[in-house]
Parts: sequence; C-alpha cells; structure tokens
Amino acid sequence: MTISALNQRELKAVVRHSILYQHSYDPSVLDFLPEPTCFADLLLDQITGTITKGREDYQLLPFFYDHLTSRDDVAFRHEIWRDLASDTVVTGLRLFTSEMRDVRQRNSWAEKTHYIQHRRGIHLDAVTRYCEAVKHLSSTLESNEISSRALLDIRDVVTKYASSATFEGLVRESQDLKTKLSGVRYSLNIRGSHVRVLRYDGEADYGAEIEEAFERFQQGSVSDYRLKFSDWPDMNHVEAQIADRVALLFRDVFSELESFCERTNSFVDSTVSSFNREVQFYFAYLDYIGPLKARNLTFCLPEVHESKAIFATETFDIALAAKLATQGTSVITNDFSLDGVERIIVISGPNQGGKTTFSRTFGQLHFLASLGCPVPGETASLFLFDELFTHFGKEEDPTFQSGKLEDDLLRIQDVLKRATSKSVIIMNEIFASTTTQDALVLGTKVLEKVIELDALCVMVTFIDELSLLGPSIVSMTSSVNPDNPVERTFKVIRHPADGLAYAISIAEKYELTYDRLRKRVGP
Amino acid sequence: MKAHLMFQDADFAVNQPLPANADQLVHDLDLETLLATMAGKDKLVYNVSKVALLDGLDNPDEITYRQRVLADCFEQPDIVREIYDLAVNAVSDQQKMFWFSSRGTPTRMMWQSPQVIGMYMGYLERLRRIVDEHSDKFGSDGWTTFFRVLEDELDDDYFQLIDEHLKQLKFKNGTLISAMLSFGNTGLEYVLRDSRRTKQTIREMLGVGGRKSYSFEIPPRDEAGSQALEDLMNRGVNGAANSLSQAADHLANFFIMLRTELAFYVGCLNLRERLATIGEPVCVPIPQPWSPARLNFSGLYDVCLSLRNNKRVVGNEANADGRALIVVTGANSGGKSTFLRSVGIAHLMMRAGMVVAGEAFEASTCEGVFTHFVREEDTSMTSGKLDEELARMSVIADEITPHCVVLFNESFSATNEREGSEIARQVLQALIDSDIRPLVVTHLFDLAEHFYENAFDTTLFLQAGRETEAGRTFKVLPGEPLPTSFAEDVFERIGGW
Repeated sequence: MTISALNQRELKAVVRHSILYQHSYDPSVLDFLPEPTCFADLLLDQITGTITKGREDYQLLPFFYDHLTSRDDVAFRHEIWRDLASDTVVTGLRLFTSEMRDVRQRNSWAEKTHYIQHRRGIHLDAVTRYCEAVKHLSSTLESNEISSRALLDIRDVVTKYASSATFEGLVRESQDLKTKLSGVRYSLNIRGSHVRVLRYDGEADYGAEIEEAFERFQQGSVSDYRLKFSDWPDMNHVEAQIADRVALLFRDVFSELESFCERTNSFVDSTVSSFNREVQFYFAYLDYIGPLKARNLTFCLPEVHESKAIFATETFDIALAAKLATQGTSVITNDFSLDGVERIIVISGPNQGGKTTFSRTFGQLHFLASLGCPVPGETASLFLFDELFTHFGKEEDPTFQSGKLEDDLLRIQDVLKRATSKSVIIMNEIFASTTTQDALVLGTKVLEKVIELDALCVMVTFIDELSLLGPSIVSMTSSVNPDNPVERTFKVIRHPADGLAYAISIAEKYELTYDRLRKRVGP
Repeated sequence: MKAHLMFQDADFAVNQPLPANADQLVHDLDLETLLATMAGKDKLVYNVSKVALLDGLDNPDEITYRQRVLADCFEQPDIVREIYDLAVNAVSDQQKMFWFSSRGTPTRMMWQSPQVIGMYMGYLERLRRIVDEHSDKFGSDGWTTFFRVLEDELDDDYFQLIDEHLKQLKFKNGTLISAMLSFGNTGLEYVLRDSRRTKQTIREMLGVGGRKSYSFEIPPRDEAGSQALEDLMNRGVNGAANSLSQAADHLANFFIMLRTELAFYVGCLNLRERLATIGEPVCVPIPQPWSPARLNFSGLYDVCLSLRNNKRVVGNEANADGRALIVVTGANSGGKSTFLRSVGIAHLMMRAGMVVAGEAFEASTCEGVFTHFVREEDTSMTSGKLDEELARMSVIADEITPHCVVLFNESFSATNEREGSEIARQVLQALIDSDIRPLVVTHLFDLAEHFYENAFDTTLFLQAGRETEAGRTFKVLPGEPLPTSFAEDVFERIGGW
C-alpha cells in the first residue's frame, strides 16, 4: 500500500496563500518543467534526488527546477529562511507536517479496508490527528516571532480557521469517542479453530508466572525470541469477526462511532493542505544541509545581484560533502572572487586535486542561490543569471573519434549561441580527447567568444596557456602540500599555472622506516 | 549457570575470530603437530585448543587460574572425562531433536521448548549426582565455584517446580488471551491469562444466562484464517514462549560451554599422556608481569619436533632477564630455528594456561606473539622477495601493539647485507622503543654488530652450532656475533660440488 501525502485534487487546486511565490499560482503548470540541462554535470540531479527522497508524494522537484530571476522573489524566500532559523518554529512546523502525513496515510487506509469497524476506527484516528496538526500549526505561528510576508499571511488564515465552530466541534467529539473506545477490554478463548469472544474478567497473567519460574535459566546473553509484530494496522477477516463481536459486547460506544463517521466525511482545509506541501521545500533542503552543518560546514544566505563582482569564502561541493560526511572524511573548502574586469576562472594543476569539484561548486552555488536557498560557504555574493550552461567532457575517454569532437563542438557552439552577458558558463576538460595543440587552439577560440560575451565562466583545463589570454581571466590551480608533495590538499587557489608533477618515493612504500613504524605501533 | 573453567568471570568464546596473525603462527611454529596430539580424533578438542593457544591470556592472574584448574584435572582425569562425556551427550541429544527450531513461531515454541527443557533437566540431575559424589576431590577456584553454583541453583524443590509447569503448559481448557482496542479497532496488548477457570458452561452454550460471549469457528479449509488465528495466539504467548525458549537456550548453552571448556582440559590431558610416553618433561610455567623484562628457562625444547620424531630432543637454557632484545647468530642447521620455535611455543602455551615443554620456564606475560620467518621459497635475492618480506612486516605493524614478542627468522635477507641490516635495524629499534621484545635469528652480521656496539646491556647475544671439544652441538649458547654464519661449513659438510 503506498502512502499518498497529497491527493490529486490538492495538487491541482490553485494556491492562493503561498510560501514559495509572491502570487497565487496553479501547481499543475509546474509539473511540465523539465530538469534543467546543467543538473547532471553539476550533480544537482543527485543532490535534488537526495533532497526530495522520502518526500516523493509532495512532488517537490518542479520547485527545484524553477530558478528565480528577480531579486525580490529571492528576497521573499530569504525572509522565510530567516524565520526558519528559529528552532522552535522549525520543530513546531515539522510536527505539523508529520501529523499531516499521518492523516493522509490514515485516509488512504480507511478507503482501502473492507471491514466496517476497522474503517470507522481509522477515520476517527485521522480526525484526531488532523485536529492536533492544525493546533500545532496555529500555535507555532502565533507563539513565535515571525516576520516573513508569507508566513504572516498563513498565520492569519490558519488562526481564523482554528477558532471556528466547525473545527472546535470536530476536536471535542473525536476526543470523547477515543476515550470511550480505549476503555474496552475483552478476552479470546481459543481451542483449536474455535474462538470465543468475551469480556475480560480479571484472570491472572500466566506468562509472568512462567517467566518467573524459568528466570534462573534465562540469564546471560541469549537471543530474544519475542516476535516483533508489525504495527501495520491492517485487519484480516479473523480480526474483523472478533471486532464485530466486540462491537456486540459493547453496543453503545460503537453506535456513537458510526454516527460520528457519517457526519465528518471530508475534513481537511485547502490552505492547510497547500502549506503542508510547500513547507516541504524548505524542510527537504534543511534536512540535506543539516548533517553537513553538524560537521562544521557553514551555509549562508548569499547576496544576489546583477553585478559580476562576485565572491564566496569557505565554500564546497555539497554533493561531495554529503558523500564524505557519510564516510566521516572532512571536507576541503575553497574561496573565490572576481573583481573589476575579471570574468573567467581558468583552473589547472595536478589531477585528482579538486579541479572538477571546484567547477561544480561554482555552478551549484549559483543555481542554489537562484532558488532562494542558503548556499555552502561562510559568505557569498553571487550573480543572478538568466541561464546556467555546463559542458563537462570525459577526461578518461580513451577513444579519440572525430565524431565525438564534432559532437563536442556542436554542443559548445549551441551554448555559445544561446549564452548572453547574463549567463554563467562552466566547462570542464573539454577537448581532452584531442591533441594538446588542437585543444589549445579550440580552447582559445572558446574563451575569446566568452570574453566577447562578457559572461561569467569557469573552465577546467590541462592547458596552462589558456590562463594567459587576457585581463578578464583569473588563473587558479589545484595544489599540493609543500612539505609532502604526494599529498593533495584539494585546495584550489589563485596561482599561476605551473604544471608540476609528483611521484611517490618507493622507499617509504611500506611505512617501515623508524619514524613511521613508531607512529604506527605506539606508544 | 556458567561453567567458567577457562576464565574466572567470562565464557570461553570458541567461535571468535582468531588473531590476524594466527595462520602465520600455525605455519611458522608447526602448531598443527601440537594440536593434533591434543585433539586425537576429537574435532572439538582441536578447535578449542587452537583458540586457546592462539588467543591466549594477557595477564598472569588469568593464567594462574587456568593452571590451577588444570592441576585438578591432572589429579582427577577420569572424573573430568566423565563430565566431558556427559556434556557431549547432552548436546548431541538436542541435535537429535531435529524438529526443534528456535526460529519457530511463539505458538510452536510453546510446545517445543518444554520438551527440550525436560531433556536437559535429566542431564542436570545426573550432573548433580556426580557433584554430590566427587566435589570434595577438587581444590581449584574454578572447579569449586562451578560445583557450588550447581548445588545452589539446582535443589530438589526446583526440579519439582519445573516439572509441574511442564505439565501445566499443555493447556487443557484452551488458551485464554486478553486484549484491548487500539488503532482502527484492532486488538492490542494480548496477554496470556490463567485459563484454569475458563471452561464454557452448559448454560452458556445453550444461551441461557451465564457469561455473555459470542463465538465463531474458523472453517477447516480457511488457511489464511488459521494463520491469522495463530498470529493472535503468537501475540498472546509471545512472552511465555520467549521465556521458555530462552530457558532451553540457556540450558543448551550451558552444556555447550561445559563441553567446550572441558575440551581444552581434555586436550591438555592427552598431550601430557603422550609426552610422558616419550619421556619428555613438562613444567608449570611462571607467568610474570610485562615489566621488568623476564625470560629465563632451562631444558626448553621444541615440543612439535619431539612429537613429530617421537623421541626426546635437545633442550636449551638461557637467561634473558632484563633484556629487550635477543639476537641469535651462528651456524646454519645449528638449531637456531628450533630454538626460536621452542621459545615461541612456550610463550603461547604459557599464555594458554598450559604446561610448557621444558624443565622450567619463567617469562613476562606478553600480549601477543608474532612471527616473521623467511619463507623457504623466498631466499633468492630479488627485489620482489624483499617486497614480499616488507609487505608481511607491514601487516605485522598493522596488528602489533606494545607488550608483544616478535620472532624474526632470517628476515630482510632478501637484499644485500648492508641494506638488509639497515632496514632491520630501523624496524627492530622502532619495535624496541615501542615496548615490543624482538627475538632475532639472523646471519646479518652488520645488524648483530650494531646492537652489540650500541645496546650491549639490553641485548642477549646467543650463538648456535659452535664447535666444542665434543664436536658440533645443536645447543644455543651465549656468545658474541661472528662475521660468518658457517655457510661454508655446511657447504663443506654436504661435500660441495
């Protein structure tokens, strides 16, 4: 049985009180947004996949595809992030969403069951949880300092609803019934296939007696044979027959339940429902960056603007950071800045030194900023682009084929035709499969065009000369530890390209020199 | 109930992974010969002895505890073997109850476990009788505690109480289970209830008063229905079935553990008897703390060589008290390797709590024995072989900790003498400075001389195969390193070419 968090009707209704957009919108229009073409190269496909994992029912991906191009739209979301900096707000709203999830789950179970007493019981539970959810939502919004335009609007709507007579009646009746049902006690007397259902009459606990008698033989670490029973609230036909007979033994309370169910057929408010979906955009992202923050990696709300003077400090690739976090490895952060006439970063240096990671970071940073989200880094000031283009070649591709080169050129041509002065272009090891001379010639032609466009660009290349094509180009290199040249630092720093090569000394291969061995063995 | 004959306060874990260097030790010290003698045809004795030998004890008190238990066994071999046989039979009886599966449902466990418990209760009664008869003949802490636990836990009243419950568990009036309503009107909190008063009266069956109840029947062909009903039963009897199965397990574990721990002592009995027929001496070693460094012995022989040849072999004596390093140089075929092995095996046997093959043995208790022996096939001087030796040394470095002993047999000789000596010097010095005690058999004169010049006071130098007036001896004796390993001697002896 799959659990649908939102039903189709809710996903299609026009949203009037939104926390993602400044104006009302029709969510079904977003469904047709394709994944942006830069996603695969920047690993944003993985990232958004992980971010939305477990939240598939909310259909959040379209929100992550839809990057903003107005500074005020970004500011609208930044306000909400600032409100969500409060733990009590987040905790309160999370409680609300998890209860709403339970409600939805229960409604779907109730629809599916064949047994009448089961359905009524589940319906009652769904209503109680919904009441709790709404109460949590309104109290969270009321009892906390909130300043975003969006949440203030939601607060008005929800407060009004929570104090309405309809809602208060729902609360009272559902609680009363719940109390009565939980007082019911009955017994089963089973002999072979014969089952007798009767009221429980105070008989002693025989399991406890057995346990006491055999306690002496139970010490020590023996296995636990208690079966774990699933809490899956499915009812089978035997349980249904039992429930029917329990209903006969306790007639009054079960007829009250019946009339309650008839009166409360549909009970979820539409703003409560759309808010429940939209707030998942924020929580999904928070949940993704939470473990990274716990590892002392910082995120910040970037400045976004139309100026090409940009910078970021202590930034990193969030896909790599998430992977390293699971392995317990620390993450290397990087800084960059472009000032004055600088537009293009050309990255060279040792392989496996963090060049590709750096270029990806640059792209991720800009895209995430355009979603109005916090970005990895201590500080960031970023460009609000019209479109983000990427072209990542395959460094390892061993087969040089002229067909492939032509494909590459056509794709780059397409990018350069569509790019404007407001675009961001990221190119990684293009032409790596051609000769160095060809790559230099073609790379130069590409960069000349980018310079002419005045677009922002990051290019990773093994050709040092490309970093010398003009004042708008900044050279950065992956670096090594000067004390131990075989150790990559994964730092990419502003540095002239110098093409160093490194080898590992075989003498220390087995780490058996006096110093190394002392360190390995201790004390 | 625990046997605790191997450790004062812990079970002996026979299935634990062996130390990473176990295979090396078995190979380099020829331990299979020793284990085969201990085990005879008993695979269990073999397995247990192997673990005991390879994963020995790190502290002298634990060793003494075993030595005393073993001393009782040497006094009363017949009673020890009788208890061992009883444990072996109990375990094999359970294996015959093939239908018993601890993975069964609680409902099934409710009728299986009582039968298994009943079987073990029989063996416990027999064990009690042995204890009553013989316990006064044992004096070690291990044995007396074991016997006292049996006396305390298994009095006659308890045997009777268990018997009554085993009868009650047949549930003549059907199973009674109480419940309450939970989510979606399904049942919750199923509790097994005392059903002795729950008979349905005739009046009730006829529907004229009596207790109000509503019944139904699962049709014979409704398999899903029977399954669902068993599910409810499972919930009700879950706790009781768990108690019973755990009790059955506990009893099984008790007999398995008893069998396991006694297997070690039976192995020791077997070894002692075999060495007695060869005429070789054994001694109870004296385990000392790690510091100050202690190692002195006399008449120490390579027990595996003796068992293999079925005759007495040369024993050695040495006193390395206060020495961090022992360097043995001297003639090929002069008994260096045998000497090295006898010391290694003695450490292992002492750490296992066994007797040692020699007249006397006293040593610091190390936390592990490592071997780095040149491999027969590795003697050619190619860099590949040096690679292999260094790789093996690196593996040792990964595993070794301070307070261990390492035996080097002609290590790092797969290169020229100067390079080999330098590598070995760095390795040995690093080990010594890490509080590890190496014992080195080498023909690398540069190496031996380095320690002779620089660490004379903390190094014991021994020599093998010196010519004496009585001719060549296989004894290893104190002596400074000499710049030859008598290879020419050997060459001459075999007649050259």
